[in-house]
Amino acid sequence: MYKLEARDIQLYYGQKHALKGISMAIKPNTVTAFIGPSGCGKSTFLRCFNRMNDLIDTCRIEGEILIDGRDIYKDRINVVDHRKKIGMVFQKPNPFPKSIFENVAYGLRINGITHKKFLEETVERSLRQAALWDEVKDDLKKSALALSGGQQQRLCIARTLAVEPSVILMDEPCSALDPISTAKVEELIHELKNKYTIVMVTHNMQQAARVSDRTAFFYLGELIEYDDTPTIFTNPAKEATQNYVTGRFG
Amino acid sequence: MFKDSLFKYFAIFCTSIGLIVLALLLFDIFSKGLTRIDWDFITNLPSRRPERAGILTALFGMMWIVTLTILIACPIGIAAAVYLEEYSSKNRFAKFIEINISNLAGVPSIIYGILGLEVFVRLLKLGNSVLAGSLTLSLLVLPVIIVATREAIKSVPNSLREASIGLGATPWQTIQRIVLPACFGSILTGIILAISRAVGETAPLIVVGALVYVPFVPQTPMDQFTVLPIQIFNWTSRPQHGFVVNAAAGIIILLLFVFLLNSIAIILRNRHNKRVKY
Ligand SMILES: Nc1ncnc2c1ncn2[C@@H]1O[C@H](COP(=O)(O)OP(=O)(O)O)[C@@H](O)[C@H]1O
Ligand SMILES: [Mg+2]
Repeated sequence: MYKLEARDIQLYYGQKHALKGISMAIKPNTVTAFIGPSGCGKSTFLRCFNRMNDLIDTCRIEGEILIDGRDIYKDRINVVDHRKKIGMVFQKPNPFPKSIFENVAYGLRINGITHKKFLEETVERSLRQAALWDEVKDDLKKSALALSGGQQQRLCIARTLAVEPSVILMDEPCSALDPISTAKVEELIHELKNKYTIVMVTHNMQQAARVSDRTAFFYLGELIEYDDTPTIFTNPAKEATQNYVTGRFG
Repeated sequence: MFKDSLFKYFAIFCTSIGLIVLALLLFDIFSKGLTRIDWDFITNLPSRRPERAGILTALFGMMWIVTLTILIACPIGIAAAVYLEEYSSKNRFAKFIEINISNLAGVPSIIYGILGLEVFVRLLKLGNSVLAGSLTLSLLVLPVIIVATREAIKSVPNSLREASIGLGATPWQTIQRIVLPACFGSILTGIILAISRAVGETAPLIVVGALVYVPFVPQTPMDQFTVLPIQIFNWTSRPQHGFVVNAAAGIIILLLFVFLLNSIAIILRNRHNKRVKY
């Protein structure tokens, strides 16, 4: 049984054909990396899984996206409820202009949860999972905007974990971070794998090689190659993949 | 080089003209009116004798008008701005509304007065009441509030909306809990500036019938009223010197009021700018 499945996805931004027939299946509790040059459609494809592209007026999508076997575009599913099961971490850390506590509690509060004890426990557990608890436990009331970039990104991960999704989508989560913060986030991804299915976009080949189980190479809106990570990096089937991972273009 | 410094002096000259004229006006008003201002002047009812006349009714009329205008215009204005920014699709219809709202902000205020007279005073039979005046001023400030609120909403980065939606929030929850709080300061600034403009408006209120001798403080929204600019206008058209002094004193009070509102707006904006950096 696959956790996520895409079947022949065609996506258009107005006239622009951004994704050209992409099919992919992702197993649960794995880390999948999307690589490819800028503008090839990695983010666009990632955002199909939580229907984030719905927010863009000009966007039109064909094909099927299945999560746990259910088509999230066709079945009469509730998009809002669906998004609660799919967490997303963005390229630039985007904490809310609220306190650290309220940032993590946000996902619970919008579900109408006001039980103080439960909120506190969830916030602590999420921050621990995101390896941020020890750094912020004494100033949970402080503004999240006062944190460093790396801390903000881990806060965003904690915020996502608090609603207990089963899938986490990450769009270049480390591209705005320094090497030490990056190492922390990578370590985190490794641990989260036990509980979650993770899909991440990255521009960093070493990072893809280090943290992912499977790697997908995109080029100009097409999925060129999708295979086990070691295979993609040492023995790819396509020449384009070979050229990209060895840094000859892109 | 020569042209450059020439232009500089020309600009300084132009600036000084504006400042000098303003200073002369202020000097004239303050020298005439400052000594007239005392507690009696503020708490006295209007009178035929200038030394006994006060601005109590005008002041209360203004409070009534400002409060009602805020109550009417803010919810509608903010709701309209939220709809246009967050809900409506960016099609031709939205463009059409957008252009019209911008144009409405530039319509001379007396036109709003005529509209108010026809619709509120006559058609809805509200008479020369505080309510009719407030509704008319609401029309006047609505475009300004909508434009200011839209700008404020636009300044909230999309990444915050995506974060909220991504966590499973509905669009309304996102607006209510993230977007509006993040730009609340700018919205408030826009509203205060719009109101401070409305406070000085005379023409539309004259048209809807505020130019009446009002011996009592309005008690309900259906009462007749007058406001400071109209009281001042009334006094300046009297022949006795005492009323000219009264007018000058009234202008000082009005200036203080507008100045206060603008100061609050500036303080709010500065505080907001300092607090929120994304
Ligand atoms: N909101 C949008 N409207 C129109 N075109 C877009 C939009 N977002 C992305 N695109 C286009 O779709 C293509 C894929 O973009 P994206 O998925 O962001 O690429 P990547 O994440 O791989 O860098 C690009 O050519 C980009 O210009
Ligand atoms: Mg991208």
